[in-house]
Amino acid sequence: MKTTSTSRRDFLKVAATVSGGLWLGFNWQTADANALPLTALDAAGLADAPHNFNSFISIGTDGLITIFSPNPEVGQGIKTAFPMVVADELDADWARVRVEQAPLDTKRFERQAAGGSQSLRHSWTRLRQAGATARQMLVETAAARWNVPASECTTDKAVVFHKASNRKVSYGELATDAAKRPVPTNVTLKTPKQFTIIGKNMPNVDNKEILTGKPIYGIDFYREGMLFAMVQRPPAFGLKLKSVDAAAAKAMPGVTDIVTLKNGVAVVGKNTWAVKKAREKLKVEWEKINPDAPLDSTEGFDRQFKELLDKPGTVRRKDGDPDAAFASAARIIKAEYQCPMLAHSPLEPMNFFAHVRPDGVELVGSTQTPERARNDVAKLLGVAPETVSVNMTRMGGGFGRRLQADFAVEAAEVSSLVKAPVKVIWTREDDMNGGSYRPACRYRFEAALDKDNNLIGYKLRGVGVNVANSTREDNFPAGAVPNLLIDSHDVKSPVTTWAWRAPITNFLAFAEQAFLDEVAAAAGKDPIQFRLDLFAKAKSSPTGAVKYEVDRMEAVTRLVAEKSNWGKNPSVKQGFSVYFSHNSYVAQVAEVVQKNGKPVLQKIHAAADCGVVVSRSGALQQMKGGVVDGLGHALYGKLTLKDGAAEQRNFDAFRLIRMNEVPDVEVYFVENEKDPSGLGEPALPPTGAAVANAMFKATGTRLYNQPFAEQPGSPWKQNM
Amino acid sequence: MAKYTLLINGQRFQTEADPDTPLLWVLRDNLGLTGTKFGCGIAQCGACTVHFNGEPTRACVLPVSAVGNNKITTIEGLSATGDHPVQKAWAAVDVPQCGYCQAGQIMTAAAFLKRNPKPTTEQIEEAMSGNLCRCGTYHRIREAIQLAAK
Repeated sequence: MKTTSTSRRDFLKVAATVSGGLWLGFNWQTADANALPLTALDAAGLADAPHNFNSFISIGTDGLITIFSPNPEVGQGIKTAFPMVVADELDADWARVRVEQAPLDTKRFERQAAGGSQSLRHSWTRLRQAGATARQMLVETAAARWNVPASECTTDKAVVFHKASNRKVSYGELATDAAKRPVPTNVTLKTPKQFTIIGKNMPNVDNKEILTGKPIYGIDFYREGMLFAMVQRPPAFGLKLKSVDAAAAKAMPGVTDIVTLKNGVAVVGKNTWAVKKAREKLKVEWEKINPDAPLDSTEGFDRQFKELLDKPGTVRRKDGDPDAAFASAARIIKAEYQCPMLAHSPLEPMNFFAHVRPDGVELVGSTQTPERARNDVAKLLGVAPETVSVNMTRMGGGFGRRLQADFAVEAAEVSSLVKAPVKVIWTREDDMNGGSYRPACRYRFEAALDKDNNLIGYKLRGVGVNVANSTREDNFPAGAVPNLLIDSHDVKSPVTTWAWRAPITNFLAFAEQAFLDEVAAAAGKDPIQFRLDLFAKAKSSPTGAVKYEVDRMEAVTRLVAEKSNWGKNPSVKQGFSVYFSHNSYVAQVAEVVQKNGKPVLQKIHAAADCGVVVSRSGALQQMKGGVVDGLGHALYGKLTLKDGAAEQRNFDAFRLIRMNEVPDVEVYFVENEKDPSGLGEPALPPTGAAVANAMFKATGTRLYNQPFAEQPGSPWKQNM
Repeated sequence: MAKYTLLINGQRFQTEADPDTPLLWVLRDNLGLTGTKFGCGIAQCGACTVHFNGEPTRACVLPVSAVGNNKITTIEGLSATGDHPVQKAWAAVDVPQCGYCQAGQIMTAAAFLKRNPKPTTEQIEEAMSGNLCRCGTYHRIREAIQLAAK
């Protein structure tokens, strides 16, 4: 019998490369088209090392251009989009560009984080300057060689041309000299019309590795001699460790250590299954942190929400005289909306690798905020942050959960106690019971219409769990209503809540846009015309500050109305929603048709203004994915608590949307030349309201609470 | 602990594991085949899908002791050079966002297309409904399967 362990050796080679920090990405196109060196070892063995031009660019004499992407890749596509921007200003040949994930390096890079849809917006100019600066150095080198003015040289696909003398020279041939030139400080950036790579469909640079199962995620990381760990954390919020009897667990095969953490017990051993089984044998006693307080439950939050909504809260914005407007109103419309908590549930469960050594700390894994991981670990261990290194792996999703650093800190704590390299892995149940949930919130809206059905007053009061401000007080229709009051309450709890993709607006957008639909209906106006009238008011006679660009709100609204043939087909029931969040504008129209006597959500049109579309294929999918995410969680998402513990611990009870449940989604972009804003979040918030508003037209039933599938009269009820 | 000889991707591997260890963890921890992903551990998400004699199977609930002499194929062994028609279609459509679920999606799709080379849209959706994609790449997965079926 032939026995082999070849794949294990390959695995170790790759892993060792990753740990060494010289971690090259892999461009499939490049590899296939030009048979360039594929592995880090090959690249490191090149006789003539590549020349670094700046933090982002190195160019080899062979013409291979490496672009370092500093921000963590969580599925938002930044590892493709960032290099596209650099490569465009550099006038690189994209087929000969290789992308590498840069490690955390606060001296070379800024804001190495994946959150708030801010990466492109923040780095746009910086990336362009990096590319243009290197290009200028190459041009100046060529011009000097030819003894011609640099202004007479042009560039295309990594070649400098002097057309007048019919000469050309490749970047590779120039790299050695160009890298030594003084760095120019006043480079000229392209105009958007000159872009050749930005705006194109460039595939995800990691496709080859993803599609062939290469070890690229945090959970795949392996280091020879590494131990595996699982942690028994408090089974409910509000509990602390009282005592541990680890004898039975310690006796299990494959277990090397059991260590007590600040508020948990880590079982450390030789593989994942061994530590998982041993953890089940732990006998841990927990006690209440506050012996007199009951452990929190969803029912209790619901009760507090309703009580607090009857009381004035912290005022967030007040325009005009809201009380007088409501006193004089011909009609008042009121509605309340509530959402449950949600787990982030990225498909890759939490995990992290840490190796705490006397001379420094090494961290590797899936993190949206490597700098926070580094600083929190440094604080825990009492070491200087400079002694902590962080290598970011590709992430199997994050949705905000990986903006925390708890999992990295915990891994460092375990490693420091067992004095060995350790990878801590969470089970799905650990993650879902582990907190950092989307906060449950409840909102009360009131609208005052005068006798001519003008919106003269608007009130919103919000309350949520551990959320300082559950409102976004400057959201539309603020600015378009003369009398407005926004206030909020906060319910404090040991249950941890946290940013969940499109924080607050992931539900607030539904509530606001569903309520405006109801107000439009009460006023007898078409929902889109009702918004357009309000936009006109915000523009011609604004009240207070207007924190959104009215023209852009209007443009996405008109675009989606046109593309969806709004109101033209009576057999298609349409619902509308428009939202400004994270600096981008998205409008959606959902369509419901009758099939076999039942209302069926058939299609969602989504129009976005995110400025210049950088990575078109990624942007399109980010829009579709945002809509699917917004729809799925609006339909099914629910995490409830009983006695401080989650009642849903895995995907059998915490329902996610599946392929057979998604409608068609069509995406349109407002094409303009404005600086790009992000798309990681903005497509999600408007979806719930577009769907609920369409369903109202089809069924006459308003949906106020999520998940929709549990609401009375909901056509999705049987799917829950 | 017991010794097992497993037939994976056309090669025989010897390994030691507790009999109840799910194949998923033997692949990942013992053999370094980490392309097969851990998502839920209860056969709900499909990230760990492998082929068991060609049938799509959840490795997270399949004890290593039940594997016997049956042929296991993982994403690493679907094709020698990553050019299985399904992988090529996935690349052509640029399916992945985070990419974590895609190995499982591809393994499910490859087995499905072998059984049903010319599926309808409804058949695709039914076959793929056991695989979760948290990023929501469902439209592109469907498109890629349709492309691979051409």
